[in-house]
Amino acid sequence: MAAAARDLSNTPSVIELRVVNKWYGQFHVLSDINLDVKEGEKIVICGPSGSGKSTLIRCINRLEEHQAGDIVVHGVTLSNDVKNIEAIRREVGMVFQSFNLFPHLTILENLTLAPIWVKKMPKKDAEEIGMALLERVRIPEQANKYPGQLSGGQQQRVAIARALAMRPKIMLFDEPTSALDPEMVKEVLDVMIELAGEGMTMLVVTHEMGFARAVADRVIFMDRGEIVEQNQPELFFANPQNERTKLFLGQILHH
Amino acid sequence: MAVEAIGSTARVKVAPWNDPVIRGWVFQIVVVGLVGALFWFLISNTIDNLQRQKIASGFHYLEREAGFEIGDTMIPYSPASTYARAIWVGILNTLRVAVLGIIISTVFGTLIGVGRLSRNWLLAKICEWYVEAFRNVPLLLWLFLIYKMISEAFPGPRQAIRLLWDSVFLSNRGLYFPIPMGDPIHKWMAVGLFVGLAAALVIKRWAKARQDATGQPFPTFRVGTAVTLGVPFVVWLLGGAPHRMSWPELTGFNFTGGMVIQPEFTALLVGLVLYTSAFIAEIVRSGILAINKGQSEAAAAIGLTRGQEMRLILLPQAMRVIVPPLTSQYLNITKNSSLAIAIGYPDLVAAVNVTINQTGQAIENILLIMAAYLTVSLSISAFMNWYNKRLALKER
Amino acid sequence: MTDAAQTGPAHGVGGRPQLAPPKLETGVLGWMHHNLFSSWANGVTTIVLIVATVSFLSSFLDWAVVRATWTAASGAECRGGGACWALIHEKYRYIFFGSFPYEQQWRPLFACLAMIAMLLISSDRRTWNWRLLAIWTVGSFITFLLMFGQLHFPFVLFLIIALVGGGGGMAIRSRVAESGELNAYRIAAAIGLVGVVLRLTGILPPFGITIAPFSYVETGSWGGLPVTLILATYGLAFAFPFGILLALGRRSNLPLIKGLSVGFIELIRGVPLISLLIMASVMLPLFLPSGSNIDKFLRAQVAVILFAGAYIAEIVRGGLQSLPKGQFEAADAMALNYVQKTALIILPQALRVVIPPLINTFIGFFKDTSLVLIIGIFDFLNTANSALVDPAWAGFPAEVYLFAALVYFIFCFSMSRYSKYLEIELNKGTRR
Repeated sequence: MAAAARDLSNTPSVIELRVVNKWYGQFHVLSDINLDVKEGEKIVICGPSGSGKSTLIRCINRLEEHQAGDIVVHGVTLSNDVKNIEAIRREVGMVFQSFNLFPHLTILENLTLAPIWVKKMPKKDAEEIGMALLERVRIPEQANKYPGQLSGGQQQRVAIARALAMRPKIMLFDEPTSALDPEMVKEVLDVMIELAGEGMTMLVVTHEMGFARAVADRVIFMDRGEIVEQNQPELFFANPQNERTKLFLGQILHH
Repeated sequence: MAVEAIGSTARVKVAPWNDPVIRGWVFQIVVVGLVGALFWFLISNTIDNLQRQKIASGFHYLEREAGFEIGDTMIPYSPASTYARAIWVGILNTLRVAVLGIIISTVFGTLIGVGRLSRNWLLAKICEWYVEAFRNVPLLLWLFLIYKMISEAFPGPRQAIRLLWDSVFLSNRGLYFPIPMGDPIHKWMAVGLFVGLAAALVIKRWAKARQDATGQPFPTFRVGTAVTLGVPFVVWLLGGAPHRMSWPELTGFNFTGGMVIQPEFTALLVGLVLYTSAFIAEIVRSGILAINKGQSEAAAAIGLTRGQEMRLILLPQAMRVIVPPLTSQYLNITKNSSLAIAIGYPDLVAAVNVTINQTGQAIENILLIMAAYLTVSLSISAFMNWYNKRLALKER
Repeated sequence: MTDAAQTGPAHGVGGRPQLAPPKLETGVLGWMHHNLFSSWANGVTTIVLIVATVSFLSSFLDWAVVRATWTAASGAECRGGGACWALIHEKYRYIFFGSFPYEQQWRPLFACLAMIAMLLISSDRRTWNWRLLAIWTVGSFITFLLMFGQLHFPFVLFLIIALVGGGGGMAIRSRVAESGELNAYRIAAAIGLVGVVLRLTGILPPFGITIAPFSYVETGSWGGLPVTLILATYGLAFAFPFGILLALGRRSNLPLIKGLSVGFIELIRGVPLISLLIMASVMLPLFLPSGSNIDKFLRAQVAVILFAGAYIAEIVRGGLQSLPKGQFEAADAMALNYVQKTALIILPQALRVVIPPLINTFIGFFKDTSLVLIIGIFDFLNTANSALVDPAWAGFPAEVYLFAALVYFIFCFSMSRYSKYLEIELNKGTRR
């Protein structure tokens, strides 16, 4: 069911990208990106592989460096200044395609690591938060197991909980369900939909168009480093304007 | 319908030469028989030869007087000491160079391994050339080169290089430096060191508990080091701060007094460390490279600093890949220390070699060497295997 | 939310011209910025390293090239404070070939070339089949004929070859070969067995073939590079099948075999090579009937073979362990016997996996042959060392050792580069 179009014109922007450009050597991977993300907004970014969509969100928390333009998160400008980067990473959580859980720590330890070492929280408080999050993603019984003992869907849900443990204001998702077996995709998407319903600002790179229709305020289509088209989900899917968008949608929507 | 029982209890008759179990045993008995025959052949020849050449048997020679000098000893020794003591001196010398070699080359090798991964191209290349240079040339050659350079580059005792206001002397007989004279307070200082170490461990536990409870981190390393070194220092002060030193002095052709690090030991240690560090650098580098890049990204994404990321995420995982080959390198240092005989450092093999020459009892002595090295090797292996098991990742 | 100024028109943009990256990011400047001067600490490190490297290199080149003496009649003439390469110029024949008779030194030279050729040909993957055995037989024949000068082949050798060939053929080709071929194997094995027994019991007199084109040079006069190459090459060549047998033995289910293999491997790996060499040179005469005189060179070679065998066994065992159990099961399901299963299915796959570590082992043993210096065999390091003893040329250890190091480096570095290349090649078929 489609989300009703929301009027976010009066909410503040939490992420601003101005004329952002990035090159890998000579290859121009992000080309004059302008993007404004409002608080509580849920954006789905889609596009063919190599379009730069993962690179875009990885630039936001400085896992990749942009060479030109400005990225401002919550008023903090992203630069080589380590203090700025750390401040931004405390506010922004990320969920990876390959989960990247720490295999040598238990599930609970994975969740409490950052609160203890970055926020200097006492262990008991961190564990309470951790267990609460595990309840929220519906696998509290796995707390003392190791990542290698969990299924892919369970690991990704733990990864979401780990990112949420730092109480971020913004959550970035880099193709969170692409590495999962089909029967596990739903459990992860359900968690993401709940998260969306609670008002989190989310940028999601994904091919799951059902999720976009259910939750997104905006769908952005990227191709060859540019933002080609963006619109509300119903308009985007029903009436794509650009030829490239039409081509892409034709390839991925096959039901 | 009657279901036929699978694997019915009636045993099928198998001809004995087709039965794999019997075949297996026949094969084993034949092989063991051949090996046994070989051993019998060798042993009977040996007994024969020993009798013919009137070589003694047994380990009684260990109680006889050794009659040879050993230049570098950790415990008191003279030519009037027994063979047993001479061999014991050899063992201690081997352990001394092996333990120091392991510690220093681990540190140095890790630095070079991390250096090879540095963002600075120059640093990475220089480390790479170091590794290639030392790995592709025999250790013995490096030992000769270093030993010759030490003994020929440095002047004789009479023209020794004087450092630190004539208190330290560098010559081709070694590095002589002053050392505090023996004093009863030293025993207490050693006790103090252990007390300090114990206290540091207690502090570490307390700090962890405190962090768990309140979240406040504590500079455990710095405080622990201060305590470990501080307690013996306080003991020294309380004992009246005795500072009588034994100074090296030039008497005749060489120095007496003070303490000396001899060129043979130095050459062996430096050669072993430089050579093994090259291999350890490669091991550390592969260990760090083996870690999935996503781990670094995930650590960065949740806000850990570079130091925390290295300490909490990367190093624990790298250790898994590093420990098994590192064990081999530690064993190699121990075994390579036997090259000491080529440059005149009196290690176990050198001491035993002289013993063989003087007593003619090759077999007993070689058994001694093998037993000693096997003990050290198996201990190191056992310890590292235990450590390795502790690190193993739990999987489905 | 559809503010055109902020987010761009909703109908997207056409192919915008691709901009070039900023100057400081590409080309030489970009590379330097990224790799050498990306931060303060980095920049300072770079400058310190450049200064240190340049000063070290300039003083080294000054000694080694600028002020060096290249030819001289004796050490006293090496003036100028630079390197005395004249020593190498004067003594290179001794360093390379030891005390082999001077006029005949073309023989060890060609023996080295033959061994290097064998190794090079073996490294070509096209030869990894039965041709390898033929190449090595011919190459070894040439090598030892050149080194010894005269070779004597006792008839027993041919009998043993018949026995082993017949027995192996029977085991591998049973069920596959026709009865004619199988009978041939049986006859060969029978002749071999009967002949060996007759010879051992003394009924059959010893006779053989002698080939003697050159003057005989005993192993005591061998020295230098050929000694190093022979010890390493044949050490590994014989240790290779020995190690495979040990590895198979260690993995066997038969307890006595396994025990013997494990015991041997752990014993050899726990002690230094020097102790084995000393044992071989001092104890072997005691083990053998008095009066039998085993060549000192052969003793060292045997010690190297035993030592290498244990290490190769562990590497092969790693390869065997890496094979999925399904391979063994599939071979069993096809009713292959143990010898066929091992020789045709298991070993080819396991060995392919362990070739890079095997080459590293060879590099290690090439360097370890320098230890035979301790028992008085004149390998390449020993001859280099002895070149320093000459009083006319005393006092130039650095030149000789650096030269020797260079030769070792050339050999070992090439082998390690080849091993890396092989690793990449062999992994092209597998999914990483």
